[in-house]
Amino acid sequence: MTTTAPPAHPRPVPEHSPGAARGPRRPGRIRRIGLPYLLLLPALLLELLVHLVPMVIGITMSFKELTQFYIRQWGTAPWSGTDNYRLAVDFHGAVGEALLHSFLVTVVFTLLSVSLCWLIGTAAAIAMQDSFRGRGLLRTVFLVPYALPVYAAVITWAFMFQHDNGLVNHVLHDQLHLTDKPSFWLIGDNSFYALLTVSVWKGWPFAFLIVMAGLQNIPRELYEAAALDGAGMWQQIRRITLPSLRPVNQVLVLVLFLWTFNDFNTPYVLFGKSAPAAADLISIHIYQSSFVTWNFGTGSAMSVLLLLFLLVVTGAYLLLTSRGRRTADV
Amino acid sequence: MSSTARASRPVRPARSPMAPPRSFLWTRRVFLTLLCGFVLLPVYVMVSSSLKPLQDVSGAFRWVPSGLTIRPYIDIWSTVPLARYFVNSLVVAGSATLCSVVIAVFAAYAVSRYSFRGKRVFTLTVLSTQMFPGILFLLPLFLLYVNIGNATGVALFGSRGGLILTYLTFSLPFSIWMLIGYFDSVPRDLDEAALVDGCGPLGALLRVVVPAAVPGIVAVAVYAFMTAWGEVLFASVMTNDETRTLAVGLQGYSTLNDVYWNQIMAASLVVSVPVVAGFLLLQRYLVTGLTAGAVK
Repeated sequence: MTTTAPPAHPRPVPEHSPGAARGPRRPGRIRRIGLPYLLLLPALLLELLVHLVPMVIGITMSFKELTQFYIRQWGTAPWSGTDNYRLAVDFHGAVGEALLHSFLVTVVFTLLSVSLCWLIGTAAAIAMQDSFRGRGLLRTVFLVPYALPVYAAVITWAFMFQHDNGLVNHVLHDQLHLTDKPSFWLIGDNSFYALLTVSVWKGWPFAFLIVMAGLQNIPRELYEAAALDGAGMWQQIRRITLPSLRPVNQVLVLVLFLWTFNDFNTPYVLFGKSAPAAADLISIHIYQSSFVTWNFGTGSAMSVLLLLFLLVVTGAYLLLTSRGRRTADV
Repeated sequence: MSSTARASRPVRPARSPMAPPRSFLWTRRVFLTLLCGFVLLPVYVMVSSSLKPLQDVSGAFRWVPSGLTIRPYIDIWSTVPLARYFVNSLVVAGSATLCSVVIAVFAAYAVSRYSFRGKRVFTLTVLSTQMFPGILFLLPLFLLYVNIGNATGVALFGSRGGLILTYLTFSLPFSIWMLIGYFDSVPRDLDEAALVDGCGPLGALLRVVVPAAVPGIVAVAVYAFMTAWGEVLFASVMTNDETRTLAVGLQGYSTLNDVYWNQIMAASLVVSVPVVAGFLLLQRYLVTGLTAGAVK
C-alpha cells in the first residue's frame, strides 16, 4: 500500500556534468504526469471501497423491498420502485409522521446546539485572548471534553442523569429544592435538554479551538490603532474581533452543523438503541428503522433523503457565504 | 497584566496594548469560572464515583464518598474481558491512524503540489464525504464486507481488519483536507530546491515537506486516533466477542440485576487516560495544525 520509493530515486546525481542532470529528465517527466495519480491511488481506492461503493449500494437498496429475509442475498430482493420513498414522505402514515417528527427534532436540536457551542466557544476564546495567570492551564482544562472518548464522557453524563442516584436530581431536588419530585431525564420530554447539555458540553471546545486559532491571525496593529482612537475593550471586540472572525466562523458553523446533525454516538450511548420521542435524532431514528424493526429498504430511503437535505443545505450555505467575496480555498 | 509571563512565554503578544476595563475583567472571571465548573463536573463524577463502594453509587448521589476503595479498579478487569477490548482498541485505532496518516500525506502532497485532471473532483469528493451521516454507510458496508468475505474468503466482517479499513477512511477526508492546507503553507521553493538538488519528488516530500509539516501531521494523527478510539456505531455492529473494542465493551458492566456504576466509571477513566494524556501532550501541535490547515 505504501508506495515505496523506486530504486531510481536515491541516486546521487553527479554534480559536475550538466548533462547528467538533464539526462533523466525525459523519463522523469513521464513519471511526473502519472505521479499525482500514483500518490492519490491509495486514498482513491479506499474512498471508493468504503464511501462510494457503499453509497451506490445504499441508493440501490432504497429502491428494493429489503427485509431481514433478503439480507444475506440482498441482490435478489424484489424491486419496489419508489415505494420506500413514498412510505417515508407520507406524513399521514405512521412511518412518515415519525420521520418528520424526528427530522424536526433534529433541526431544532442542531440549531440550538450549534449556536450554544459557537457562543460559548467564541466567548471563551475572546476572554482568553489576553494572557493572564493560569491561562495555559485553563486552556488545557477546556480541551478535556474534546479529548475524552465519546462513550466514556457520555456514559458519565448518563450516570449523572440517573433518576435515583444521579447528580443532577440530587442537586436540583435534594439540595436546591427546585423540583417537587426527582425528574426523569433520560425518558420523556426532559431527554431533549439532557441530550442538548451533553452535546454542548462535548461540542463547544472544538469551536473554542478553531476561534482561538482564528484570533491569532488578527494583526495586533488593528487593536493598537483602535485603542489610540479611543475604542474601549468591548468596542474592540465588537468592531474588530468579531468581524475578523467571519471567514473562520463560516467554516466552523458548517462543520459543527454537519457533525451535530449526523451525530449518532451521543444519543446512542445516552439512550440506547431507541431514543425517547423528544430526543429522537434522525441518525438514531434511521438506525432503529433499519436494525430494530428490520426494514432496511425504508431505512436506506430515509438515509438518501437525509443526504439530499444535507447537500442542499451545504450548497445553499456555501453559496450564501461566498457571495460577494471569492473564497479561494475551500 | 503579567508582563513577565509574556516575556518568558512568547506564544502570542497580548491582544490589547491597554489594560482591560474592570467590567471586562469581572465578566471574564465569572464566565471562565462557571465554564470551568461545567467542564470538570463529569470529570469529578467519574473520578469520585470510581472510588466508591457499590452501595454508595447505587444510593442517592453523594458529593463526598462515604468510603474510598480501589476495588472497582481491580474488578473491572474480571467483570468483562477489558484487557482484550483494550488490545483490540489499541490495534484498531493504532493501525487506522498509521495508515490514514501515510495515505493522507501522499494524497495531500499530490493535491498541494501538482495540477492534474480531476483534482477539483477529488477535493470535492473528499470534502463532501465529510458531510455524509455514518448511518448511511453502515448497512451497505456490512453487506459489502459479507459479500467480499463470501467471494474471496477474506473475513472483513467481524474482524479487526474490517474495522481498521472503515475507521481509516473516516479520518481520511479530514486529514487530507487539513494537510492540503498545511502543505500549501510550506513554501514551494523549499521542495523545488530539493528537486534541483537531485531529490526525487518522493525524496522532496519525505525530506523537506514532511519535516516542515510535522505539527500538521501530528495534529492529523491525533485526530485520527481519537476518531477511531471513540467510534461507537460501527464497533457495535461490526465486531464479535473476539474483536470487540472498548466502545462496545463498556456496556458489559450493566447486567439485568445490577449496574456497576463504580466499575463503569473506573473503566471509563482507564480507557480515557491514554487518549487524554496523548491529546494534552500534543495539543500544542493540534492548535498549530488547525491554524494552518483548517483556518486561513
